[in-house]
Amino acid sequence: MIRILDAGPQTTVQDLGRTGQMRYGIPPSGPVDRFAFVLANRLAGNADSAGALECTLIGPRFEVTTAGAIAVTGADMPVTVNGREAAGWATIAVNPGDVVKLGPARTGVRSYIGFAGGLDVPLVLGSRSTYLRGRVGGMQGRALRKGDEVATFAPGPVTLRRVSSQAIPDYAREPTVRAILGPQADRFTDAGIRALFDGRYEVLPQSDRMGSRLRGPRIEHARGHDIISDGIALGSIQVPGDGQPIVLLVDRQSTGGYTKMATVCSSDIWRVGQARPGQSLRFERIDVEEAHRVLRESDTALEAAVREESA
Amino acid sequence: MRFLPAGDLAVCVELGETISVEVNTQVRALEFLIQQKGLTGVVETVPAYASLLVYYDPRAVGYERLCAAVAELVPQATTAVLPPPRTVELPCCYDDPELGFDLAAAAQRLGLSTADLVRLHAGAEYLVYFIGFTPGLPYMTGMPERINIPRLDTPRTKTPPGSVGIGGIQCCVYSVESPGGFWILGRTPVPLYDPSAAAPTLLRPGDRVRFRPIPRAEFDTIGAAVAARSYRPVIS
Repeated sequence: MIRILDAGPQTTVQDLGRTGQMRYGIPPSGPVDRFAFVLANRLAGNADSAGALECTLIGPRFEVTTAGAIAVTGADMPVTVNGREAAGWATIAVNPGDVVKLGPARTGVRSYIGFAGGLDVPLVLGSRSTYLRGRVGGMQGRALRKGDEVATFAPGPVTLRRVSSQAIPDYAREPTVRAILGPQADRFTDAGIRALFDGRYEVLPQSDRMGSRLRGPRIEHARGHDIISDGIALGSIQVPGDGQPIVLLVDRQSTGGYTKMATVCSSDIWRVGQARPGQSLRFERIDVEEAHRVLRESDTALEAAVREESA
Repeated sequence: MRFLPAGDLAVCVELGETISVEVNTQVRALEFLIQQKGLTGVVETVPAYASLLVYYDPRAVGYERLCAAVAELVPQATTAVLPPPRTVELPCCYDDPELGFDLAAAAQRLGLSTADLVRLHAGAEYLVYFIGFTPGLPYMTGMPERINIPRLDTPRTKTPPGSVGIGGIQCCVYSVESPGGFWILGRTPVPLYDPSAAAPTLLRPGDRVRFRPIPRAEFDTIGAAVAARSYRPVIS
């Protein structure tokens, strides 16, 4: 079990998300940065789908009540155990009574804490993920609070692992985000399409797990910005009447009535989600076939990222 | 029919560009066929007015092969393949201005008495085209033309859950507190979304919905039963 001493502004339990509920209006949820999330679980010796914490901008302080291991990945939050610095992107062995603290993120937005065994919160519609707006999953459908006690499953034997340094992303760099045109690219002028792919877009503070709101060169519609509502995919770049794009993320509305010019590739969603308010990003256009090649590369990179530490 | 890429994990199958029962029926029939056949690589589907968003796993199926497999099913996607629809009865209290706070104004705008507006609204059967926007929220039509009404000029920022509203040709029941531009005629005590229930959403795409007018006293009785978890919605 872990006992929350300070929760941080938005710390939620997530797993890989809910499947099959979007036709009832319930989004998948799950981690915004799936790459970092999966690595936190693998470092903790878990299956990829185990329950773990997503922390936003400032991490929590918590006490561990059982011996085992944890691992912190994602946004660069300084980690201490009983006041002593500990490494991110590596397994950290912990003992009962240890107090772990994650400070404010120096780069990136979201960090992940994996716990050996995985967090034991009830499955809701097949998932432990928290969907805050819908008040389901995770810890009673809400973010963690001071005083919460979150159970963990019994951990296996601890193996120390780390992520190789070249696999650790640099969140401070301006990201280039690959996107595929469609579904409604034909509702924009050529100039509007060029604006998105040639311009630089700044992340706005109103961004959250539902979507990243961006500001940059105005995107021009060819014929109106409303469509009859349709389904919204992960990474949809929705452009309402003001011509400013919104990249829709894991807690997105399942359907909507605004035009969507392009869709960010699944393997680049984390680049959007880790860009801080004020940070800028660029878009690069690729096609579906290339995106599938990128996805395979990203799967391969994930497989190669974790090494066992030599004693 | 058009296949529109929606990223590397989904494709939007567009069967039309208008809101009609015919096109929407085709969308739901296509979804049903995809589920029944268990098409390789399909992860989940989201129906809307005139399109079906198909989420897939590109590790299991390529884009071209998936589109070809879906295209093959489209000609069979007709009412005939769909199971008989469910009819869900939603009790609705129209006669309390605290709940149906736009009823009088909407009636005046339409040149009807409030009694006639209620009779016309509750006398119709509504088709759930799809669920979306917020958990469990139905996009429905089926109202008589006589009560088609433009949406509110200034959308309100908060509408209580359960509010039953009309706007354009649509009828809406709010599933959670949300902003909105519908004229609120009444309120149902039956939750369309209950995050603490094992099955949090009540309605499904393709359901038929009927409203049964109830007095305020019954609204409160049903509300109490809902809170005590002893209420069972009427579904046939």
